[in-house]
Amino acid sequence: MGLQAYTGPGWLLTKAEQLINWGRSRSPWPLPYGTACCGIEMMAALAASYDMARFGAERPSFSPRQADVLIEAGTITKKMVPVLRRIYDQMAEPKWVIAMGACACTGGVFRTYSTQQGISEVIPVDIYIPGCPPRPEGLLYGLLRLMDKIQKDHPLWKHRQEVVEALGAES
Amino acid sequence: MTLRDRVEKCLLGDIVEITECQGDLFVEVERNRIVACLEKLKETEGLEFDFLSDVVGVDNSALYEKAKKAKKKKKKDEEEEEAEPVKEEPTPPRFEVIYLLLSLKSNERLAVKIRVPEEDPVVDTVTTIWRAADWPEREVYDMFGIKFRGHHNLKRLLMWDGFGSYPLRKDYPLEGKGEERHFDYCD
Repeated sequence: MGLQAYTGPGWLLTKAEQLINWGRSRSPWPLPYGTACCGIEMMAALAASYDMARFGAERPSFSPRQADVLIEAGTITKKMVPVLRRIYDQMAEPKWVIAMGACACTGGVFRTYSTQQGISEVIPVDIYIPGCPPRPEGLLYGLLRLMDKIQKDHPLWKHRQEVVEALGAES
Repeated sequence: MTLRDRVEKCLLGDIVEITECQGDLFVEVERNRIVACLEKLKETEGLEFDFLSDVVGVDNSALYEKAKKAKKKKKKDEEEEEAEPVKEEPTPPRFEVIYLLLSLKSNERLAVKIRVPEEDPVVDTVTTIWRAADWPEREVYDMFGIKFRGHHNLKRLLMWDGFGSYPLRKDYPLEGKGEERHFDYCD
């Protein structure tokens, strides 16, 4: 039956995907990576009055292995780039990245020799949140947009394509 | 006795120039006498500058360039009126290193300045007098390329090893020369 789900009309597959996406989008555990003033706004968003846990970002995961969403809040210097890349590589799939604030998106006002001009040159970014720094509402909005994005994902269909190709190669 | 008199009496012949600006005293001394002078300022009764607040570097090249241009222009304007032979004055050494001292006993401050030429940017370390000079000297080395002779660990402080340039020099472009920190474990 499993194989039929991959090769057949895919009803079961679609339902399973909806279930997976529902689970993933409602528990995006963040990895807080605050390197500048945006980190303070992120802390405010995580704390009681804004309470990001309402949307399933239940606990900030300070270990990259148990995190789903890397919230990069702040300036990344070129000296810091290998550290950020290593943290990202250590996160287990599936993983998403939120670039919070002008510095993380584009380098912001720091157009200098020492600052990375946007983290998208180093790691793939899903959500950009502009602002210097963005308010906690901005981060919450970004998180909701990320949840929308996760729900449109096709975790099994990507896999199905691989299976079909492998079967095609065999026969 | 004012601070100025006491410092003059303490350093005597070592002083190149002594100026007062906004209530702060600046003493310029010879480069190769800096350790002896600072030791004297620390030990002498009545001065006792026992605390080193900071060591900073200065690159004056842009300033001198500007002054030179202004002078040339002025000379040109004057020449139209009366011909005068142009006299080239030697420009002062490019860099300065300034030691900011504080006396914890009398709460007085003093800035000691030395000039460092571009061709031979070497200064004796003062970590032998104050351990606090360790990181500031490394920062000056990192940003200006001024080497401190005798420093026990003269590595870059802010930029990464292998950066290759001295970013606070005036001829260094603001956006850098394309230096990137390479990491070998991925693409």
